[in-house]
Amino acid sequence: MTLKQPPVLEMDPLIDDPETRIVVCCGSGGVGKTTSAAALGVRAAERGRKVVVLTIDPARRLAQSMGLTELDNTPRRVAGIDESLGGELHAMMLDMKRTFDEIVEAHADPERARAILDNPFYQSLSAGFAGTQEYMAMEKLGQLRGQEVWDLIVVDTPPSRSALDFLDAPNRLGSFLDGRLIRVLSAPARAGGRAGMRFVNLGMSGLSAVTGVLGKVLGTGLLKDVQTFAGAMDSMFGGFRQRAEATYRLLQAPGTAFVVVAAPERDALREAAYFVERLAADRMPLAGLVLNRVHGSGADGLGAERALAAAELLQEPADTSRAPADSGASGTEPDPPRTGGPAGKDGPTRTADTTRTADQERTADQERTADTTRTDPAVVEADAAGLLRLHAERMRVIARERRARDRFTALHPQVPVAEVPALPGDVHDLTGLREVGECLADQSPADPPPSDRSSSAAPTRPPTR
Amino acid sequence: MVTGKGGTGKTTVAAAFALALAEEGRRTLLVEVEGRQGIAQLFETEQLPYEERRIAVGPGGGEVYALAMDPEQALYDYLQMFYKLGSAGRVLRRVGAVDFATTIAPGLRDVLLTGKACEAVRRRTRSGEFRYDAVIMDAPPTGRITRFLGVNDEVAGLARVGPVHNQAQAVMRVIKSPETAVHLVTLLEEMPVQETADGIGELRRAGLPVGSVLVNMVSTARSGLLPPDFDPARYTAGAGRTALAKAFATAGLGGARRGGKADRLVEPLLREALEHTARVATEAERRAEVADFGLDTKEFEMLTEGVDLAGLYTLAERLREQGVPR
Repeated sequence: MTLKQPPVLEMDPLIDDPETRIVVCCGSGGVGKTTSAAALGVRAAERGRKVVVLTIDPARRLAQSMGLTELDNTPRRVAGIDESLGGELHAMMLDMKRTFDEIVEAHADPERARAILDNPFYQSLSAGFAGTQEYMAMEKLGQLRGQEVWDLIVVDTPPSRSALDFLDAPNRLGSFLDGRLIRVLSAPARAGGRAGMRFVNLGMSGLSAVTGVLGKVLGTGLLKDVQTFAGAMDSMFGGFRQRAEATYRLLQAPGTAFVVVAAPERDALREAAYFVERLAADRMPLAGLVLNRVHGSGADGLGAERALAAAELLQEPADTSRAPADSGASGTEPDPPRTGGPAGKDGPTRTADTTRTADQERTADQERTADTTRTDPAVVEADAAGLLRLHAERMRVIARERRARDRFTALHPQVPVAEVPALPGDVHDLTGLREVGECLADQSPADPPPSDRSSSAAPTRPPTR
Repeated sequence: MVTGKGGTGKTTVAAAFALALAEEGRRTLLVEVEGRQGIAQLFETEQLPYEERRIAVGPGGGEVYALAMDPEQALYDYLQMFYKLGSAGRVLRRVGAVDFATTIAPGLRDVLLTGKACEAVRRRTRSGEFRYDAVIMDAPPTGRITRFLGVNDEVAGLARVGPVHNQAQAVMRVIKSPETAVHLVTLLEEMPVQETADGIGELRRAGLPVGSVLVNMVSTARSGLLPPDFDPARYTAGAGRTALAKAFATAGLGGARRGGKADRLVEPLLREALEHTARVATEAERRAEVADFGLDTKEFEMLTEGVDLAGLYTLAERLREQGVPR
């Protein structure tokens, strides 16, 4: 309970800071990454920044809420944003194949571009097998940043199986396209193997061993496609690795902020801890952790154990433990319709009934509309017990979530945390995104004790006991 | 094959599945393809190597084996098994071909993973029986599953002849056979249900066998906590509110007067009840949508304490009660 609280992730100062140019939301699947990215985008725009949100695969209705109806590679202005402070929100969904095609078209003469685009190997590669999605997201990020049109770019990362893919992709694909293998592969297509030797230093026999193995495994047809592809790519992608490295450096730059998103569950937080460690290892600037869908309670002073004990106390008259003493009068009480009158009730409740007369006059209007079971003590007590049991469940969930969070905080006490309460229902419109943004920015302790508010609003009344 | 949107508890359900099948006295293999060591964590064992290892025993003498897939090792396996190319692996590695094959090459990684799983499905013991009664794969998420399973079709198209072509076709025959079923894990929430619907459509269009819908983390089980005719409107104001505060006071939770400890419970507890009933109501809507899929459906309740080893056995038991899908 009194475990050291992590520092608070201050979202508004982060997104307001003109130095902040890129926010990358990362985390495992299903933790609300896309929603967080969109909510940050909406908030930053309404606070006066010109923002573009780059999403990878948003849920349909979330995409619609931002006016994204189709995959296309151009940012579109989102309607319905309060632009009074001079901000704008644009959003785009990444079209992986299109991004890849654009790179080819931009860097090769039309004839060569056609040869590449028509190559079956290229078509498979660009249509999105492992790694390409990450790479293209980073490529697009580099492009958007290079345009110098946006104050802030918010990126929603692909739902990678692990952080590794996401950070490694640029270098991997870059090193492949710019590397030794592709030169080996493209060698026969160029100078009959001699070029391959120059680069690979395997000697003639080594080279033919490689192509021999590949030919045997892939089949000569596929190998030929790969070789043609590699040959066509080779000349234009000399700088491919450079691009990948530039993007990587961009991510390390001070203007970038990584936000790790997680749900308050053991698995998601384990992934989040891994992300934090990985980002540190790659010297990527981490802003903090966003913890989505955190449960809270306005009555967290009442613990699960005590709530359950109280519920049992209230249900006692309906239980067999008490039935024999009441000579069967309460025997009818466990029935679902709960017709039980005050017969089986104990002293305090009945006393309370009689002292209520004054209140009842005051609220006579409300009373009139109610059915007679409304203040039936048996019904009230059963309901009260139900509420207490439900609260006990809630407190258990809260305790579990806190344990998960504390575990993360114990490992990474320096990482600032922002919590977003569990909202009923899914977020699929701008209002919902605004609400999430509000919660992200407002990290004051949730649910101030309602006593002050209600006691000032309520009519003064004498104590009932 | 068990798939599902990220965060739906795919790995947990796959593990419960393997356990439920093993409880029937059979031998099952649980295969992990995403390299997260989720299975080891669930079964509270040390990290799993690339090796089939027994990790749990069911009451009926059944056994659960687990295999954490490693694409690189699978590639060497594959080269050795089909081409007797043990040493060639090193040469390929030197030029970066292994890295290429296991991370970037179009679908090769997925070919290796599905290929290895199919090999386990078809493997027989010396006496000619199948080594495993069932192979359960904790497969990639719903958004990727069709591509993952269909990759061999694509590869067979790319490599029009040759050993890769033949291997890819053999794997595809196993995947499309009636012995394979793709089960989809979902939650009773909008996005997971939507994604499940999309996934079912995609699988069907690709001619892949759709199995059951496994609904995880259902909180409706808790609706029994409140009386069935509970109506929060009774207590929001006036005498109802006072009566509720008094009931709390009776239970020893403080004073019922305005601002007293018991009175201060009324608002937050009613709010919790409203959130709960709203959640139950949306779950009912989502459940109706899931029913519209017209597929066999199983439900697992939300475990308040999270999933530990005991929770895993509980889920396996629930699956057995509802009948383990084939």
